[in-house]
Amino acid sequence: MTERSKTVFSRIVAAVAGRGLVSLLRTRTIVALIGLLLAFVAGIEVARPGTVNALWVSNMMLFAAPLGIVAAGQTLVMLTGGIDLSVASVATASAYVMATHSGLGGAPAVLYGLGVGFAVGLINGIGIALLRVQPLVMTLGTGLMTEGMLVVYSQKMMANAPRVPQFIEELGAGKFLGGIPNDLVLWAPIAIVIIFVLRRTGYGRLLYAVGDNSQACTLAGIRVWRILVVNYVTCSLLAAVAGLVIVGGTDAADLSLADVYLLPSVAAVIIGGTSIFGGRGGYSGTIIGALILTVLNSILILVDAPEPVRQILYGAIILLLATAYTRLTD
Amino acid sequence: MTKPAKGKSSVMAVPAAASNTPLTTRFRRSLRRYPSLFFMPALLIASLAITVAVHPQFSDFDLQSLAMGALPLAFAAAAQTAVVISGGIDLSIGSVMAVANVLAASTMEKASFGESLLLAAAVLIVGAAIGALNGLIVVLSRIPDVVATLTSGFIWGGIALVILEKPGGGAPQEFLNLGAGTLFTPWLPNALVLLVATVVVIWIPLRRSKLGLQFYAVGSDRIAAFRSGVNIDRTRFAAYIFSGLFSAVGGLGLTMTTGIGAPLAGVYYTLSGLAAVVVGGVSLAGGRGGMVGPVMAAFVLTLIPTDLIFLNIDPNFGQVIQGTLIVAIVMIGGFVDMARSRK
Repeated sequence: MTERSKTVFSRIVAAVAGRGLVSLLRTRTIVALIGLLLAFVAGIEVARPGTVNALWVSNMMLFAAPLGIVAAGQTLVMLTGGIDLSVASVATASAYVMATHSGLGGAPAVLYGLGVGFAVGLINGIGIALLRVQPLVMTLGTGLMTEGMLVVYSQKMMANAPRVPQFIEELGAGKFLGGIPNDLVLWAPIAIVIIFVLRRTGYGRLLYAVGDNSQACTLAGIRVWRILVVNYVTCSLLAAVAGLVIVGGTDAADLSLADVYLLPSVAAVIIGGTSIFGGRGGYSGTIIGALILTVLNSILILVDAPEPVRQILYGAIILLLATAYTRLTD
Repeated sequence: MTKPAKGKSSVMAVPAAASNTPLTTRFRRSLRRYPSLFFMPALLIASLAITVAVHPQFSDFDLQSLAMGALPLAFAAAAQTAVVISGGIDLSIGSVMAVANVLAASTMEKASFGESLLLAAAVLIVGAAIGALNGLIVVLSRIPDVVATLTSGFIWGGIALVILEKPGGGAPQEFLNLGAGTLFTPWLPNALVLLVATVVVIWIPLRRSKLGLQFYAVGSDRIAAFRSGVNIDRTRFAAYIFSGLFSAVGGLGLTMTTGIGAPLAGVYYTLSGLAAVVVGGVSLAGGRGGMVGPVMAAFVLTLIPTDLIFLNIDPNFGQVIQGTLIVAIVMIGGFVDMARSRK
């Protein structure tokens, strides 16, 4: 059934777009993604002329940055064939812990927040790499632990109300030079470093190798566990950083702050062309994926539908995009 | 994936247990084959014993609240088990439960008992239909199960919010009593009867059927199952239907035990149900485990926060313990497997 429907599907696509375009999309998926992003932007401009201007673009960047940073960690983890379901809890916990320690001053507060990410990432890494727990189960477990600990912590910290420091607010919501969002200044270096590490360094190659065939890596003398531990710590740290950006944007640390980021963080990676089975993909696709999801969100806000309907549309479009992508590239 | 060859499936040729082997050998064999069948009751009895120890006044009322608390979680675990055994995973269960919950509560508010039963049947059909949609999405889109159901769960969650924006609605008292009352003696909560009856009526015939065997075959080795003539796509699709059906029962259970519909109540059950599945000895790799383990694990996971309250510890540690328990049990399973393979 799938074979037949696949050929039917490809035939339709071919009839519409011509063979050359399909093969172009297959080999250069990033082009397709950018095309899709531009189509979305054009769609907005057609529906509401005058929406797309410098301010809008800078707002999109501002909103996309935290998603892009969470999805960066998720990309690294998925490249090795794993998944991290604890990113949302880690981001929330990092933001909350940072906010309750803001009395200590900026740097220590941020360190406390990042410390949460480091700790959870280390537990994830050790459990997955050394104790061989499936990533899904391990990160599910640590996600539940983090959430539970955070609730207990928030009740213990009643007297010490969370307060978001000024510079975090600036980071998450501010702009400079007439429109460059501050969080882009954080996101861009992260993106450059990750793309560089994945493409140009031995560690990056090892990540792809482990995702492709971790057994072969072990046989080749690679200490796979080290790579995995570093990878999961990096992922959680990135989630913690994203948590700080998110709380800067909302200016209120609550216990479900980053919950909404779990699905988009996975979806951005999948739409961006990284295989969940590992070994294939990269961060540049994820960046476009994060931008597509952010623009999609802004389209849905323009649609002026009630929140639940927006949620349904958002999920349905993600499904369609991921399906089209998986079927085109398979 | 190509179309599997037509023909009689050969997975049916499973030898029946020889009846002339000594009882002790058979016992040892089944212990090895289904460790959770012995381990889970032990864990459940132990946690019940701890509960009675920390709370000596344990009464029929406590038993009822335990059964009512565990009912939705047990169905969430059952729903997840059906999919996990066939090698998939369903992260939309909580949202499907929410849809069933609000659908029941919003339509039954002014219904008579008879009407509410009919409506309950309709809700079950809707649940199975949503499960079928999940299955179609997974099979046709070829997106990995985790991502596909995470996303479709987002959609079902939106639908639950469309049906009922805020917690509300209700159901006739007789209907609520199906899950909240007791039968014959106060020590036999209806919730327990309902749970056992549903699992027995749906799962046992399924497991003994060809389809049930195909679930296990596809879950344990997709390629081997395919070569044995099992239609992989159809089997996975069917597993999602059963997941949707069990989730719908869970949603009805939620209506019975809480008395209202709450569009966001289901969220908790996706992850906790998965936790119960893992704790209940069902391998997430697929093909191994049964329904008894996860259902009992649901009771154990429900007992933990209760015990913490009795011990005057913050019940929110329950979630921490739950997370720890999932990881610990999987690790123990890993060690047991390693020890066995070294032998």
